Amino acid sequence: MKALQVDKKLAKLGMARMLSAISPAAAVRMGPLEMVTIDPPALPGPGWYRVHTHLAGICGSDLATVEGHASAYFDDWVSFPFVPGHEVVGHLDDGRRVVIEPVLGHAARGFEPPFEGAAPGDGNDYAHLATGHLEPGIQIGFCNSTCGGWAPQFVAHDSQIHEIPDTMSDEQAVLVEPAAGGIHAALLTLPIVGGAERPVVAVLGAGTMGLCAIAGLRRYVPGVQIIVGARYPHQQSLATALGADTVVKPDELARAVRRATSSHMVGDHLSGGADATIDAVATSDSIADCLRFTRPRGRVVLMGMPAQVSVDLTGLWHRETQLVGAYTYGTETMLDGSRRRTFDLAIETAQQLGFERLLSATYRLDDHDDAIAHAAAAGRRGAVKIAFDLRPAPKKESA
Amino acid sequence: MPRPGFVLEVDRSTPPILFWRGENFSLEKLPAGRSRVIYPPEPLKAIDDIDSAITHALLNPIDQDPLPALLLPGMRLTICFDDVSLPLPKMQQPDTRQRVIEAVLDMAAEAGVDDVHIIAALGLHRRMHEYEMRHALGDRIYDAFHPRGMLYQHDAEDHDNLAVLGTTDHGEVLEINKRAAESDLVVYVNINSVPMDGGWKSICTGLASYRCLSHHHNGETLQNTRSMSGHRKHSALHTSIWRMGQVLQENGPKLFQIETTLNTDMFPKPFDFIAKREWEWTGRDRATYLATTKSLNRTPLRIARKIFHNIEAPHQMTSIQAGETEAVHALTLEHVYRQQLVPVEGQTDILTMGIPYVCPYNPDSVMNPILVMCMGLGYLFNMYRNKPLVRQGGVIIMTHPTYRDFHPVHHPSYIDFFEQVLPDTTDPVVMGHKWERQYAEDEWYRHLYRTGNAYHGVHPFYAWYWGAHGQQHAGKVIIVGGDAPTVRRLGFTPASTMDDAFEIATDVVGRAPTITHLHVPSLLVADVS
Repeated sequence: MKALQVDKKLAKLGMARMLSAISPAAAVRMGPLEMVTIDPPALPGPGWYRVHTHLAGICGSDLATVEGHASAYFDDWVSFPFVPGHEVVGHLDDGRRVVIEPVLGHAARGFEPPFEGAAPGDGNDYAHLATGHLEPGIQIGFCNSTCGGWAPQFVAHDSQIHEIPDTMSDEQAVLVEPAAGGIHAALLTLPIVGGAERPVVAVLGAGTMGLCAIAGLRRYVPGVQIIVGARYPHQQSLATALGADTVVKPDELARAVRRATSSHMVGDHLSGGADATIDAVATSDSIADCLRFTRPRGRVVLMGMPAQVSVDLTGLWHRETQLVGAYTYGTETMLDGSRRRTFDLAIETAQQLGFERLLSATYRLDDHDDAIAHAAAAGRRGAVKIAFDLRPAPKKESA
Repeated sequence: MPRPGFVLEVDRSTPPILFWRGENFSLEKLPAGRSRVIYPPEPLKAIDDIDSAITHALLNPIDQDPLPALLLPGMRLTICFDDVSLPLPKMQQPDTRQRVIEAVLDMAAEAGVDDVHIIAALGLHRRMHEYEMRHALGDRIYDAFHPRGMLYQHDAEDHDNLAVLGTTDHGEVLEINKRAAESDLVVYVNINSVPMDGGWKSICTGLASYRCLSHHHNGETLQNTRSMSGHRKHSALHTSIWRMGQVLQENGPKLFQIETTLNTDMFPKPFDFIAKREWEWTGRDRATYLATTKSLNRTPLRIARKIFHNIEAPHQMTSIQAGETEAVHALTLEHVYRQQLVPVEGQTDILTMGIPYVCPYNPDSVMNPILVMCMGLGYLFNMYRNKPLVRQGGVIIMTHPTYRDFHPVHHPSYIDFFEQVLPDTTDPVVMGHKWERQYAEDEWYRHLYRTGNAYHGVHPFYAWYWGAHGQQHAGKVIIVGGDAPTVRRLGFTPASTMDDAFEIATDVVGRAPTITHLHVPSLLVADVS
């Protein structure tokens, strides 16, 4: 089958990294992503299923990989060559339509789950991600053994499979995985804001993940006042539609938070600030900004995937700010103490909020250069999520 | 003998006309046969012996005893003075305020008055920097009074030091500085650059609390203020202030009002070409213009601002009158009109004006977008008596870069106003009801106003209200050369060139509109028949 594959070719990674600042399309052409012909992956064992891809999204982490920006941290947590694609809706051989929770957790790798009913992302030890009967890989889409969604088929373990209702379109379903990520980030604010009367949560960045976090905050963090820094007009409109109370340009966010929290501005920091902030950008500047307008003893949830950053952490130290990563999803503890799987929350959210509106464009796999260039410039081009469409092309009607 | 004001009918031989563009200028060709330019009168001759004139005014006041007769040992004397929001540009030293206050202090010393406080009547303006106080008052006064806590700036948020003097029959509470309210005599030292200032406005705004000011500094009142430069009865603002003045007169301290007027000699060399009539420019003037504009084009904005704000104007005193407030002010207005009045026949479809680098609310600071609106629609548009220069529903065209730039120390609440209020509404009444309270009660703004050099939190609202009538009167407002997104946020239409602006204006006023250009500088009052 034809698939898009990333191989560890340092020269190509370097070339992609260099070109990405000038032309994402050129970076893709010259980079480590290639269209190859490969055999479909074998089923690794019992409990594994073959998934036939319908739609597979292009995520920020995928872009970082194909543009050569991914951190060296991942070198030992992935296995080359791999087929990207972890935001996937497809069907199994038996015809069931499914979305995939891509984390290759304990069950998928033949280990005992950390607790009864654990989700793939749960647990406090990541040893299983690099060991077991599969090649290393944090998720489907970064593992040589499973293939990924940027191919017509790949394999997934029973623990990763979520059957979706007939009423849910593929266009909604392909947004379930990012929705789960956003909801997880939103719920990571609960230890700080849970129970407060009118807590303020700021969200910096309103791409797919930022928008999903806004939706998650509105649905699962009661009473929260959401202030969003969104760069582009369509992002501002969607942020408002998904429940943001105040939407401003990113460079206006600090002052918007100041007004909402009646803080003073002392130097470049607020005296108080947002109870929690979700950073959906994760650059040196964005992290520094979030630390500036999050209140002392508040929490900054780092949802975007950072690489190397340079940040003055004196303020974090002085303000005793918590800086928390938000990688994926798993089992969440809700405000009332109940436990829910993030993916279940995400399926509800994507369907009820009509997340198909976040899917801006789809491309065939052959047009991957254009697709990735579009995804890399999504905000500027008025788009949110770009995905590959691997469903059979509709037959042309004969005259 | 200075020449009076003048209305030039533009014909094909008329040279291009000078327009301010913030920290720069441009020359614009106005359409012949349907444009006119209003030139201000030339500067009047200043008083020859200013110090003698001051002494004479203090010894021969109008409807009031001579000042020495009002000064008694053991009394509480408070001297208040206008802040550096005027004159513009700042005047060459010695400043009028220094000259007058030194004269008052000499008489107080002779009378044995030693309880003297000097208060800057800031209203809700920013506290002045030390160098500004020294410029206005001179080192002698500053060094003698400031270290002893007897020279300070009014604080409209210091509720322990405010006093209610009464309420008007319209329910307006007059609340002013307590020291002034409880003084045996208040001497107010004014500089009157424009007809809207002076009179009861001096104390009733300069020493007032926010609560007191909000009775007349609001959207409704300013929309109903149909003339700031003409008859008081056409100004809801002044009508309200004059009601408060009656309360002040009945319940307040004894007052001794000193008002002064200046001529309009505003720009020294090499910038004196700005005030000249263009067809009288010499070769040297044209060369200076070219050199100035080309240099400014290459000069970083920060430096250009510094250059302009460092200009010290040669304008000098043309009159001084002292005594009873209303009588004094009536005479002051006569002197202001003598300098500034220009008879103009009828209105036109379009009014054009160049917006300079400065207005009363950005001395040594940034002309931010809100102040561009305030200067254009609040000040320049209102420089008329009887009726505006532009007809109801006509078009106002301004030239200014309208950069999105704010002075973070002087104008912190202006930034929030721009980011929060203007995207929501540009309607002065709506914004007043919806947003003003939040800005009034913001503790950070209070802190910065009281201890730093920031305008009060509500000041951007006041600046916006100032243009309320102009905004309501105009069918469209166009800014030439402004940053387009910023201009749009103000609710105006951006245009790249003056020709583009005229083309855009045709949607409102048709293809052959009549045009008036208000020549700035200097100050003038168009007496529109």
